[in-house]
This record gives sequence, structure tokens and C-alpha cells, in this order.
Amino acid sequence: MSLPPREKLIFEYSRPGRGARAQWPAVSAPAVPAVPAELRRTQRPLLPEVSELDVVRHYTRLSQLNFSIDTHFYPLGSCTMKYNPKACNAAALLPEFAGRHPLASAASGQGFMACMYELQEMLKAVTGMRAVALSPLAGAHGEFAGVAMIRAYQRARGESERNEIIVPQAAHGTNPATASMCGCIAREVAVGPDGDVDLDGLRAAVGPRTAGIMLTNPSTLGVFERRIEEVARIVHESGGLLYYDGANLNAILGKVRPGDMAFDAIHMNLHKTFSTPHGGGGPGAGAVGVSARLLPFLPLPIVAREADETYRWLTERDLPQSIGRLTTFAGNAGVLLRAYVYMRMLGREGMRRVGEYATLNANYLAARLTQVGFDAAYPQRRASHEFILTLRRQAQEYGVTAMDVAKRLLDLGFHAPTTYFPQLVSECLLIEPTETESKETLDAFVAAMAQILREAREEPERLQRAPHTLPVRRLDDVRAAREPDLIFKSDAA
Amino acid sequence: MSNIPADLKFARSHEWIRQLGDGTAEVGISDHAQHALGDLVFVELPDIGRALSAGEACAVVESVKAASDVFAPVAGTVVAVNDQLRHTPELINRDPYGGGWLLRLRAQPSSADTGLLSAGEYGTLTAEG
Amino acid sequence: MPFIPHTEQDVREMLAVIGAPGIEALFDEIPAALRVPSLAEVPAGLSEFEVMQLMQSRARQDGRPLCFIGAGAYEHHIPAAVWSTVTRGEFYSAYTPYQAEASQGTLQSIYEYQTMLASLTGMEVCNASMYEGATALAEAVLMAVRANRRSKSARILMPRNLHPHYRAVALATTGNQGVRFEELPYERALGHTLPSSLAPFAGQDITALVIAQPNFFGVFEEVDALTDFAHAQGAFVIAVVNPTSLALLKPPGSWGQKGANIAVGEGQPLGCPLSSGGPYFGFMCTRMEHVRQMPGRLVGRTLDLDGRPGFTLTLQAREQHIRRAKATSNICTNQGLLMLAGTLYLALLGPEGLERVAAVSMQRTEQLARALTAIAGVRRVFGRPGFHEIVLALDRPAAPVLAALSERGIEGGLDLGKDYPELGPALLACATETKSAEDIETYARALAEVLRPARAA
Repeated sequence: MSLPPREKLIFEYSRPGRGARAQWPAVSAPAVPAVPAELRRTQRPLLPEVSELDVVRHYTRLSQLNFSIDTHFYPLGSCTMKYNPKACNAAALLPEFAGRHPLASAASGQGFMACMYELQEMLKAVTGMRAVALSPLAGAHGEFAGVAMIRAYQRARGESERNEIIVPQAAHGTNPATASMCGCIAREVAVGPDGDVDLDGLRAAVGPRTAGIMLTNPSTLGVFERRIEEVARIVHESGGLLYYDGANLNAILGKVRPGDMAFDAIHMNLHKTFSTPHGGGGPGAGAVGVSARLLPFLPLPIVAREADETYRWLTERDLPQSIGRLTTFAGNAGVLLRAYVYMRMLGREGMRRVGEYATLNANYLAARLTQVGFDAAYPQRRASHEFILTLRRQAQEYGVTAMDVAKRLLDLGFHAPTTYFPQLVSECLLIEPTETESKETLDAFVAAMAQILREAREEPERLQRAPHTLPVRRLDDVRAAREPDLIFKSDAA
Repeated sequence: MSNIPADLKFARSHEWIRQLGDGTAEVGISDHAQHALGDLVFVELPDIGRALSAGEACAVVESVKAASDVFAPVAGTVVAVNDQLRHTPELINRDPYGGGWLLRLRAQPSSADTGLLSAGEYGTLTAEG
Repeated sequence: MPFIPHTEQDVREMLAVIGAPGIEALFDEIPAALRVPSLAEVPAGLSEFEVMQLMQSRARQDGRPLCFIGAGAYEHHIPAAVWSTVTRGEFYSAYTPYQAEASQGTLQSIYEYQTMLASLTGMEVCNASMYEGATALAEAVLMAVRANRRSKSARILMPRNLHPHYRAVALATTGNQGVRFEELPYERALGHTLPSSLAPFAGQDITALVIAQPNFFGVFEEVDALTDFAHAQGAFVIAVVNPTSLALLKPPGSWGQKGANIAVGEGQPLGCPLSSGGPYFGFMCTRMEHVRQMPGRLVGRTLDLDGRPGFTLTLQAREQHIRRAKATSNICTNQGLLMLAGTLYLALLGPEGLERVAAVSMQRTEQLARALTAIAGVRRVFGRPGFHEIVLALDRPAAPVLAALSERGIEGGLDLGKDYPELGPALLACATETKSAEDIETYARALAEVLRPARAA
């Protein structure tokens, strides 16, 4: 039986000649633009011809098909789905900020630049780094900047043969992908059963071709790299540099600083730790911080404050060894403004609370979930701001997978934790509650998970065929890949 | 328990090779490999005439959850590829040792298949794995 | 404590369950030497009222100058319905749609976006956004190197009249992967790339030719001749296009005999506020035959267990979280919210509205050009038709002129002196449908004043 979709495509509302006329510029005479005939478009593009109400109703109804932080507890590990304060959006969309052209004179942008400068300074302070650049547009973009700076530094020292980047087995996929984009080879080192990097493996992996190591701390396994000082020593002694993937900064915000852990370059995910919106897939911002030796290589532009307290943009003349410009303008400025407002609202005390309460919530949730019968992947370790459950036992005993549990959680009104990562732990759920969730919410999540465990024992098909109550059931992704249907084709086409 | 044809040799990276008796050899991936990958959605095959060294990545098999390189078990020149896989990659899932073959090589006379496992050895390896 | 709901009782109960004496004990695995006592250099927290006061004061300080700058970011009317919808919590605070069943709103809107941009560019498939136009071009270059199997050189022909920042970003992004760029000159009087300037490369191994339409000067290129030459050489064609202009211009998919291979551009004109340079979104479109070499996410339509149509991320095996070191790109987070804004903008404008925006913007720029060139010392530089930007030569250095205009509340354009010294003193100015006849008159009057010969002391 073929069922209709919940919501048609916007194109299916089109009627020829219909349109949101209030949004069109008035034209006094038929505009015959001076486009040379051979360059003129001959067929109109397939764009909806609908009323404004059609558009508002359609996309509002679509929004109602989504889970979001504003509607659901969203414990996606490594994503830091904390509350996005509305004030941040209100400030970023003030007309003077929203309407400012990126190439407008610095004289007419001092207010904006003051915010950017202070954001740079605050990020330096919380990370313990010597300098910060705000232009990378996402975490992966920041990673690229970091590795590119490391390579530039080594090239400047005549060590361009260093082309190996060490990544732990459990590293996020962007790490080795970034290494490739920088012309490097990713070398994996093993992680021990206790979750820490295997130091013997690391000693064997470093050498004259080591450009550096990319590490997340706490690691992607949700635990603190206890021997980080030794790791730093081993890598530095081999002539390599240390890169910090800041995806898990929320765990240690205000408590530990990457700069104190001897990292040479870091990126911060402002859309995680500093609560800018995830937006269904961005925009993010991947500000980078560096130690003194990498400062000359920072990407441009950067805001500087002059002696007379005015602000200006640094250029290639100020940083002749910069790795260059990574984006057309100054970065995701609107996102940076949101992060700035968030940091100003938190202040120094608020930021310490982030690390403390994110860690409290994670440890509480881990304790309660193991009490109701789940297995922690690293039960002997403290949870950081996140932790991993492994469902290996349930998979063997009941035939239910981590994915099945994730899908059933959706029915019970919770967004699932991360399931596809890290690949090192089989049947894993990576759970990150964040500090903005209350004890009652966590308890409700535990109750739902306990129910799921019962169902796994008593009626596993309920999990295997979940979700049951959402706008769609489980989707055939094999079909989606074998017979790609990536754009709507109208019958007229 | 998969039936591993006795006339095949295997690489540790889960490719098999079958000598066709006319100086060419057929290459594919094992039942163990196709099972681990899941439903295959796409196969990228090398150009005919391409010269490969032993262990060189020569094809990609893609499922929903993974895209894995296929490595040439021996050195040789590609003389044929299985065009059917372009439209029906699931042939590899259904018949990994027969209709799901990927390519045929003309092996170098000097290229030995030492280092490759017999069917029995591969069966043991994957039973343990 | 802002945004942290815990009461003291909550904390006590939670610590009891964990079995820890205090919150600090939860950090006991971290070496004591690494623990930070305080963040003294960070200011104390502000209430929402205080921070909004601060931001409003800074915003007032910057004000709203009359803006005639384009150069890659364009001021257009954004319907109120765009951002009122985009900032709905269900869109704003949702994550990347990895759990498809819980994300059909995001996924369906992306599918609609893919459809609209594919059609606008005349291509067969479109991804779910890149960061912005320049990085999209850099990724297109890397994609061409991967996908053009006939070419081994990784040599890319890039016109001098491409946005200088796009050139800089392409260099910075691809520099570590052995890509080499060759610059193509532009015709001095007309402002476009002469097809004959490609002749020196005939018979050579060229991986791709980049064609910007319109180019950085706003001038129209001869896209058919350029495209056919590139294809005859076995090179890919990478089109860099303005999405508003595509309402009027032949799309990249129809360039030459075979159409461009990849089309990229800046999506900002479609519903994204100028916002000091971001967030915007980059679009990337290509032919189905190249789809597996294209970076970024893709949404596909499929069926669920009950046979109901639904949407899901697909062809993910190319992406970083699966392919890792061999991924097509390291891109993960993209610009989803802005892509949604673009989708809403296009749905509200429709084909007629977008055409009008494009046509009226061209008209306004022509009116601006006439008003300004009526002033002594100001003249048009290029004789070829263009979109909604114009290069104007001045009889004196542009920087002080622009500074003087800025003091009068007018951002008059971009000084081209640094990137195009061969033009002499010149600026790039733009007028879109947002500029009225009065606005243009205001600019002309101010410029006339600024350029007036100085009175004898």
C-alpha cells in the first residue's frame, strides 16, 4: 500500500502566475535588460509559483516534523546540543549588524569590530592560547587552518618532508580527511583498553616525518587523556607539533586550558561550546588559537586594537607569513556575534559552571544508566561531558542494535544519542546531556532507556522496527543510494 | 557458513583471484567482505588497459555505510571489467564468487601468487576474525 | 548561573547517586597542575538586559550608511517571512539530519533547495551547501582534479577578473595538494576574458578552466566560446555564477555545446543578510556522472517501511565520517540555516520576482553609472555590458574619496587600486533594487562635493 507523504513538495503547490507579489520590486515599465541575446536565458527555472501564505504554511508544517533542542532533549555525543539563548540571535540581527557590508570602511564598523576583538581576547583567555583568528567557518575548516599552519611553520624551518599526521584510532573522521587536504598522510595510533592513547604505539609512530598529532581532549571516547603531558613531550621531542580538536571543549571549559596542555594550535567549535545554533547543519564557526611559534602563520583577517583604542583589520603586511585568506570576507560574522553575546552573558563564573555542570550531568546519567542495566564502555573511568554505552551484550542476547535503541528513543520523545561514532566501540551510544538540562529531564531519559531495555528482552521486534510514531518509518537508504532521486522533476520537464 | 570455492586464492584484504587458464585471472571480493559491507550500492572499476602492481588499490565498492578499496592480489594489466555491476552492484552480494566478479587481469609472467592464502587458510582466517 | 537549571538540592542528590563528595571530585583524573583556578581576564557575566544595552549601543555606533558596495556581497530586500520562519526553534536548533525520521522537515527543505538550485544553474544535481562562494570554488577545483581522469597536470586556468578574494582562497586551500594556477588576462577596454587569450594553452594538459559570470567587474563573459575551447582541450569548465543573475542569464548547464561540468557561487544574495561577511552559503552543482566526486551532503527521496515517501542523507560513503582520509573533502558542518533562508527566498520570489530583482538591479546600476559619470573626473572604464556592478575611473586616488564619502554616511564602492593597479584610480560600485532614485541622487551630490576642485586658500 502506498501512502501519501505528510507534506507535499513546495513545487506541488505551484500555479502558473501565482506569486508573493508584495515581495517583488515594482517595475514601472517592462524591464528589457541589456543582456546580449546570446547570453539570455530562454527557459524559466523551476521555482515555486506560490502565494506567501503557501510558503509560510508549508515551511512551518515542515518545521513541525523536526526534533530540535527547543522541543526535545537531544543528547547527541560530541555535538553539545545545549540551549541556544534567544538574546544571541536578537543581538546578531540588530539591523546595524545585519545590514553591514563586509567591505564597508573600518570607520563605520568600530562597534562590530569591538565585539570581534573582545571575542578574540575572551577565547584566548579561556583556552590559554597566545592569539586567536576568527575566520574559519566550521570545525573542519579550523582543523584545516591548524594543520596548514603547522606545515607552514615546518616549511619555514626547512622541514617540509614532515608530512605525517598522527591520529588516534578513535578520531573523528574530519581529522584524517583534513590531513589529506593538507597533503599529509594520516597515521593511526591505537587507543588502550582504558581509553588513553597507547604511548608505546605513539613512540613507534613518531619520527623525522612527523608533522604533528591531532588530539581531542577529553577524547572522542568521552574520557580525559590522563597522560597528555607525556604525549606532548613525545611528539614535541620528535619535532612534531600538537593540534587540539576543540569539539569536546565543553567538558573542561573554565577548568583546564588547551594552552596549558602544550597544544600549539587549536580550533574551537563555536556552534558547540559557545552555543551558536546548529541550524540543521550549520552555520558553524571554527575559530583557531595558536601558541607563540605559530602566530606568524594565522589566517587573515584578524582584528587588532590600536593604541588610540580604535580597531583595524590586520593584513598581509602585518602577517607576511600568514597561511592566507580562508574565506571571502571575515568569517561567519553573525555566528561570531552570537558567540560573543553568549560569552558576555556567562562571564568568567558562568564559563566555569559550564565545565562543572556538563560533567556533573554526564556522570549522573552514566551512573543511573548503568544502575538500570546498561554497560559503560569505560566503566572504570570518570565520564567527561559525555560517555559511551556499549550495547554489545544486548545485541548478542536479544538481537537489538544500538541503532534499534536509537530509533525507539525517537518514539519515546527523545532524540537519539550519537550512534555512528566512535567506530572503535561496537554498538555504541555516545551520550552528551550538556549543562543546560535539568535533573528531571535526565531522569525521564533514564526511564525511557529502562523501558527500552525491557522491550529488548520481551519484544525485540518493537525496537527492530522502530520508530513507529514518527512522520515516517525507517527509511530505505539502500534504495536511496542505488536509485538516487536527488531533485524533483516536474512532469513538464 | 560460506562456501569458499577451493580453486580460489585469497589476499588477507579479502580479495579472491581465480586463474582462468588462458593467462588471465579473475578478481573479486569474498563472501565475508560483502557481508561486512552490507548491501552494495555502487562499484567503481578501473579502466581497461591499466597496469596494476600487486597490492595497488584498483577499485572501490560502496555500500550505505562504507566505501572500501579493492586491492589487486597480483600485478597485471586489466583486460576486462564486469559491466553488469554498473547497474546491478548487488550481484556482488548475491554471488560474490561467480557473477559478482569485478575485473580480469593478464598477470605478469613473473608475478607469483606467493603470499596469497588458499581457500582453507582464508576460511580459517575469517572464522577467527 | 545563566542557563543552568540545577538547584543545590539537585546537585546534592546527583552527587549522592554518583558517589562523589563534590563536583570537583569529578575532575580528579585531570592532573592537578593543569587545573585553572580562575579565568580572571574574562569579564564578569552580564544579564540579558545589560548585554542587549551594550549591543544596541555598539550597533548605534556603526549606524546604517547608504551602501553602494557589491564585490561579492549584495544588498537585496529580504522578505520578513524568510527569517521569521528560519528562526523557528525547530529549524534553528535542530542538528544535522543524521536521524532521518526525526528530521524530515530539514531533509525535505534541503531536497527542495537542491531542486531549485539545480534548475537555476541548469545542472543535474546540487549538494546541500558549502561554506560560501570562494571555498566552493576551491572545492570545485579539487573536484575537477579528482574527476577529470584525462588530465594529470592539476593546472587550472583562472581569469584575472575573478574576485581577488576567491583567487586567494583557492590558493590557500589547494596549495598543499599540488594544484597550479595560471592567470588569464582580460581585455583592457572591455573588461572580459577574450577567448583568444586561451590560444597559448591549446594542446596542453589543462585540468579545468574557471569562468566567472558575471566577472568581478560585473562584466558579461563570452561563456559559450570559452566553454567550448576548454572542452576541446579535455579540460573541465568550472562556472562561478551569481544566483540572482541566473534569472536572466543562460545557466552554466547550457554553456557551449556540452555545458559546464561544475557550477558554484555565492548564495548570499538569496535571503542572507550582509552581516559583515557571513554566515552565507556556497552552492555547488554538477552533472550526475560526477556526483560521487562532489563533496558535501546530498539528500535523496526514498520510501520507508510502509511505502511512504521520505527523505534521507544519501551517498554518504564519500564523506569524512565514513571515508575518512580518502573523503572527497573534510567538510562536516555546512551552512544549513542559510541554505534554508535561500530556499524560502526563492519560494517567495518565484521566477517572476527573481527576474524583477535582477532586472531592476541592472537598471539601478545603469542609473547610478549615468549619475556619477555626469560628474567631472568620473568615467566608465569598460565598454561591455554587465550585470549590476560598474567600474568607474576617478581622476585622483580612490581611497581618500571613499573615506570622504564614508564620513558623509555613504559607502561608495570598493577601491580597486590594490588588486588592479593597471586600471589607475578606480572603484567598483553597485546599486541593487534597494537603491531608490533619491539614494542615487544623494550619492551623486556627495561625490560631486568631494571631487569639487579645492578652493584657493
